[in-house]
This record gives sequence, structure tokens and C-alpha cells, in this order.
Amino acid sequence: MSSPVVHAHHAPQGFIRKYVFSLDHKVIGIQYYFLALFSVLVGMSLSLLMRFHMVHPDAKVHWFSTLWPTAAQGGIMTPELYLSLMTMHGTIMVFFVLTTAPQSGFGNYFLPIQIGAEDMAFPVLNMLSFWTTLLALGVMISAFFVPGGAPLSGWTGYPPLSAIGAVAGPGEGLGQTLWIVSIAIFCGASLMGAINFIATIIDLRCQGMSLMRLPLTCWTWFVTAILGLLGFAVLLAAGVLLILDRSAGTSFFVPGGLLVSDQILNHKGGSPLLWQHLFWFFGHPEVYIAILPGMGVTSQLLSTFCRKPIFGYRAMVYAILAIGFLGFMVWGHHMFMSGMSPYSAMAFSVLTMAIGVPSAIKTFNWIGTLWGGKIRFTTAMMFALGFVSLFVTGGISGIFLGQPALDLYFHDTYFVVGHFHMIMGVAAIFGMFAGTFYWFPKMFGRMLNETLGKIHFYVTFVGVYAIFTPMHFLGIAGNPRRYSDFTNFDFLGKLLPVHNFMTQAAYGTAAIQILFFINLFWSMKYGKKAPMNPWNATTLEWTVPSPPPFDNFAGQHPVVNHGPYEYGVPGAPNDFIMQTDPVDVVREPHA
Amino acid sequence: MLLAPVVWILTVVICYFFIAQTWWFPPPISQHGIAYDAQFMRTLVVTGIIFFLAQFALGWVIFRFRDDGRRASYSHGNNRLETIWTSATAILFVGLVLMGTRIWAAVHLSEPDPAAVPIELMAKQFAFSFRYPGPDGKFGATDLKLVNDAAGNPLGIDDNDPAGKDDIVSASLKVPAGKPIKLIMHSRDVIHNFFVRELRLKQDIVPGMEIPLYFQADTPGTYEIPCSELCGLGHFQMRSTMEVMPEADFEKWKQEQAANK
Repeated sequence: MSSPVVHAHHAPQGFIRKYVFSLDHKVIGIQYYFLALFSVLVGMSLSLLMRFHMVHPDAKVHWFSTLWPTAAQGGIMTPELYLSLMTMHGTIMVFFVLTTAPQSGFGNYFLPIQIGAEDMAFPVLNMLSFWTTLLALGVMISAFFVPGGAPLSGWTGYPPLSAIGAVAGPGEGLGQTLWIVSIAIFCGASLMGAINFIATIIDLRCQGMSLMRLPLTCWTWFVTAILGLLGFAVLLAAGVLLILDRSAGTSFFVPGGLLVSDQILNHKGGSPLLWQHLFWFFGHPEVYIAILPGMGVTSQLLSTFCRKPIFGYRAMVYAILAIGFLGFMVWGHHMFMSGMSPYSAMAFSVLTMAIGVPSAIKTFNWIGTLWGGKIRFTTAMMFALGFVSLFVTGGISGIFLGQPALDLYFHDTYFVVGHFHMIMGVAAIFGMFAGTFYWFPKMFGRMLNETLGKIHFYVTFVGVYAIFTPMHFLGIAGNPRRYSDFTNFDFLGKLLPVHNFMTQAAYGTAAIQILFFINLFWSMKYGKKAPMNPWNATTLEWTVPSPPPFDNFAGQHPVVNHGPYEYGVPGAPNDFIMQTDPVDVVREPHA
Repeated sequence: MLLAPVVWILTVVICYFFIAQTWWFPPPISQHGIAYDAQFMRTLVVTGIIFFLAQFALGWVIFRFRDDGRRASYSHGNNRLETIWTSATAILFVGLVLMGTRIWAAVHLSEPDPAAVPIELMAKQFAFSFRYPGPDGKFGATDLKLVNDAAGNPLGIDDNDPAGKDDIVSASLKVPAGKPIKLIMHSRDVIHNFFVRELRLKQDIVPGMEIPLYFQADTPGTYEIPCSELCGLGHFQMRSTMEVMPEADFEKWKQEQAANK
């Protein structure tokens, strides 16, 4: 733990240095947040188009042909257009929303403040990682506008489909290349971010901020950064190999003896399974990259708003570490049906069940935290409680999918789609909503509207259950995923009413998000002025003005004397003790 | 606080649909299918109880511990409770997966039956083809250069190989009821997947690999085969059927096919 050093850079004056090419972690955090907000709008719009097409595959919509003159000629969406929407929906949501907002957005803004630092360890690297991410997003979106359109191989990009070029289908030409290039750039950006987060947490904690006094949010950002460092490095390597297979004639992932669209390919000796191993070695930790920060925010908020210390702080820390560690040993559960050795499937399944244990520990501890508390139902708290409910629901279907025996039926059905949307999709997004309502006052100096927030919460909460629960039943009925319509199979025709219901629920849930955007932008300008500590919370960001000054602590060096969740301490003058309060604020010493 | 009843109602509605089985599996047509369903039900009961209790408890703490002017209790946790629930979940989760291992092992690790009826499956964008050896019991050689879908030779069977002369190629899968089958799977372009819901079986078909799948179907009938691994724009219509027929009918069908060649 080093004492804070003199800041290397000074408050910038010009608009460009202050808001565009900013080195300030707070501005960069907000830039990331808005990048994710834009991406979630794109991703959500794509999902609505997909849901529309699934229930009206033959509908003529005039503006489809305006948007996609070839892929939606005459206004009818083609199956390949559906698949490219699906690919882009998954990719944009996973990389540019779930990876970006919780870690790079909130983490950037609040990690330095929560540990009492003036900025991230490497401000220039921080700026570079944001602009690189933006470049990656630009390249990704450009795939829509090239001949052949966006790729159709899904966010998992399995070769040979993704590796052999336009011969495999429209979108598999330039579109797929841009997709891989974008992912590779994104990997570079995430590696820069990960290094920065790790260095910051290790080196820049202020006096008294021992590891066991870190807020749980910081622990989750820390472990997420380690996952990112190890995971994105492997994905980057895999992406480079895939580009070589496509453009340099190598055969890492493409075996010999292929005949595609009446052409015999020249590839020889590659393995499609190699990509799957490399991809999921990244891809499974990625799930935890998306959800861990949400767990951190939820822990922080449950404790704050029920005015009780977190139940089992150490157990929570160990559970986060265990999830991070085990997260690298379970990737094979995505490959039970891939043709890999059935023995390794058994090993991966036991490890997969093992990772359920720390997840269950977290749930028990959350309920333990709430037990005996006095809960204040702010919108932020509602989203945190919603997170717990969704986390349980989404986690429990993993007990089915983690068993290779049951995967013999469920693999690649809607059961899987329901499972991962519930947990890494909406649970993680509830974590972001919770974080938004909790930290908005600090970031923008104004409060969000609570009434609009609660309406938005209830409709979204019921809405996401209505969209994603039926997917489990579709999976039980055997409905395969990634089908653009359901008219070719007798058994799928019978499931159309369920799809119809989900589409309606998706429309409603998407519509209510308008309320959130209104609330966000209206409150930024007209919301009630936020005090320094509107929630009577204990961590360091609530000791500085809203919004904080350029160097966070106005030249002061904070000293931490208490753990992060000292609520309702007997003998204390208030029902909360700030981390920076003097040691002798309570007569009797406590843990 | 309204959140508590909302959580409870959602929980009850979800549990209702799992109990009513409104959208559910088709009946199994094999011993494996029956064992599969038993393991599914075991898992459903265990997870169902956990799901109900966890959501109910969440609703309960939301309702019971709302801010009503009391002072919150002060506690940093309880190591004994942590130990209990950690070991309980570990035993439960690992126990479940170990119980399912038998089913997995029966499909993928049991000694192959040498008498199993060999059938070759060749998948391509966007169709399945099935090949049966003729009376000689041997598959003829194939060559990619000879592939001609229009002429009914999707596998590229070499006419110069005597073993291939009597091979039968069919667009749908026909299997004799109650006999072990060995399905040898190939793809000639991208990854596809063989899935029969009633068999409770699924396997990726990977180019460059030869993957055998052993199964036995007992109940005659016709069952759909949907491709279940994304293979391109026609994925959603990549369909075939599996017809399970009494053994005599199966032999008759093979003879008819051989005669029509």
C-alpha cells in the first residue's frame, strides 16, 4: 500500500481534453457508460426485430427493404438477415454492454474513489482503452453495411462456418472478417483496461484500506479484471488464428475434405473443436465478467439499504475468488455435445457443479444480510432485490445444463437461451440499473426520479420473467435455438403461441425502457440536487461532493479506519459509520 | 414492499407450469429415454424445492424486514451457518451430477454392441443423408469429387468399388425397432447436429471427425430430426425424419430400395 503520489496530470481546461480525450477516470467511466447505453439500444432493437420475424416470418414491412435492400427485398426479412441480426445482437450485448458498462463504466468511475485514489494507475492507458473500444464498436457496426451484410455464425462464431468465407453463406465474407477484427480490437482494449484495474487496486489503495476493508464492488472489479486479462488474451490469439484461416490459407480450425456449395476447399488438418476450446476458455469466464460486478453492486446495495453489515464479508470475498478460479475450469460444459471425449465431459460437469456452490453461498449471504434489517425501498434497492431473484432463477437452470446426461436433450435448445438470458443477460442488467440509480447522484449531482424509477422497475421485472421463463418450456419441448422461423416442423408449429406471448412481452418490456431513458436524461438536467451522501452510505465516494472534483479528494489524502459495511453499530451516534470516520467513533471496538 | 407479493406470485405461476407440464417432452421411445426422464424429474424436484424456498424466503425478508421504525440488528455473519450451507449445496449439486453419470456413461462409454446395425449419416448444408450397407455388410469407398446431389449421390459413392454397388442412400432415417443401432456421423461442410427428441439424444456432427452414436429405439413411429447446431441460412429448415419400424418391415424396405437401384 503506497501513500498517494502527486498527481501526474492537472485539471485540463479545453473542452477536448476535458470531455473527449480525457484522462480523468470519471469522464472515461461516463464515456464507457454512454457507449454501453448506445449499444444496448442497438442490441435491444435487434432483438425486437428478431422476435417480430420469429412470429411473422412472411410479413412485408416496407422499411425493412429501405434498411436492407438485398437482405429484405420487398420488405420480407430473409433467414440470413435474421441470423445476422441474431449474431450482432449477441455480440453487441455481450461485448459492448455486459462487459463494458459494469466493469469499464462503473468500475472506472468508482474504483479509484472507493479505494481513495486520485485516478487510475495509468490514465493514458485508460483513455486509450476507451477509444479502442469505440473503434471496435465502429468496426462491428460497419459489418451491417458491407456487401453480404453482417455475419450469420452467431456470437460464438464456430468454424468452419465462420472460417471459409462467403461460400458458407451471405455475411460470411467481409462481414465476418470485420466481426473478427472488431473482436480482436476489443480484446486489445479489454487487456489494457484489465491491467489498469489490477495495478490500481494493488498499488493505489489509500492509507488504512486493507484488502479486507475493500468494498465488495472493488473485489468484484478486481477479480473481473483478472478474468479479463487471462480470458481476452486467449480470445485475441484465437481471433488472429481465425483471420489467418480466412485470409492467409492456414488451417487451424478447418479440416480437410470439405465440399461447400459444390466447391472442394483446399484446407487440411485443422480442428473445429480447437476453436471451441479456445473460445470457451474465454467465453465461460466472460459470463462471470458480466455478472461479478453485478454481484458486487448488489452486495453493496443490500447492505446499504437494509442498514446492516453484509452477512459473511469474508465468505463473500472467498466466494468471489472461488468463482474467478473455478470459472477457468468449466469451459468444457459448453462442449458436451461437440464430439470431445466423454470422459472430459464428466470432469467438466463435476467442476461446473462445484462453481454452483460459491454462487449459492452468495445467495444465502444476501438473504442473511436482509434478515433482521430495516429495508428502505429505493429504486436502486428494488433492482438489487430483483437481481437476487433473477440470479436464483437463472442459476438454478444451470443445475440441469451442467449435467452432460441432461444436456443430451437441452443442448442448443431454448432452455439454454432462457438460462443465459436470465442470468448473464437480465440479472447483469439489473445490476447495472441498480448501479445507475445508486450512483447517478454522485456522477451527475442530481437524483433520479423515484416514481418513474419504480414504475420502470416493476414493469421490467415482470416483463423479463414473461419473456425468458417461457423459453425454458420451449426447451423442454425441444425447440432448437437459432431458428429463424418455426414453420418447417410439426412439433414447432404447436409452440407458436408461446413464441407469440414472448414477442408481446418483449415489446412491452422494451417500451417501458423509454421511461428509463426519459428519467435518465430529464434528471441529468432537472433532477433534484443531490447532497454529498444521499443514501447515508459508508464508502469513500460518499465523502466527496456530487459530482466529485477533478482529483476526487481535492488534494486531501483520505485515511480509512473502518470496514465498508458498518451499519447499525451499537453505540455509534448514527446508524452508519463512514469508512473514514475516526477510530474512536464507537466506544467498544468492533471487527 | 409490493415486491414481496410480486415475487411470490411469479414463483407460484412458474411452479404451476412446471407441475402442469403444459409444454413438455414428447413420450420417450427408448430405455435411455425413460432413464433420462427419471434423472430430469429428480433434478426438477431438487431444483424446484430450492427455487421455491429461495424465492419465498426472498419475498419473506422483503415483507418482514421492511423499514417499520425498528433498529436493524447488528451482525457480521455466522461461520457455522456458512459451513452448513456450503457443505449442503456441495453435496446436493455433486450428488445430482453423479447420479446422472450412469446415463451419460450408458450412451457414450458402454462397450459397443458388435451386432449393432451400422448406418452412416452424412450432413451437409442443409440436408441429412443416410447410407446403409447392402447385403455384403460393407460401405463402399467414397470420393468428394464424385459427389453429385442432383444425381442422388450426396456421399460421392465410388461405383468402381464393388462394396459400394449395393449401398442404399436415403433422405430419411429408417431403423428397426428394438435393435441396437450404430449411427456413424460425418459432415461434409460445417458443423450440424443430429437430434431426435423422442430418443433424448443429441450429437454434433463435426467435419473432419467420425463420431459414432449408439442407440436403440423401441416404439415404432415417425419422429422429426431438427438440425440443432447453427449451420447457415437454411438451418431452420434442415429437417429429416426417423422412422422406427418392426424388423420385418425394415428388412422389406431395404430389399425394395436395393431392387430400385
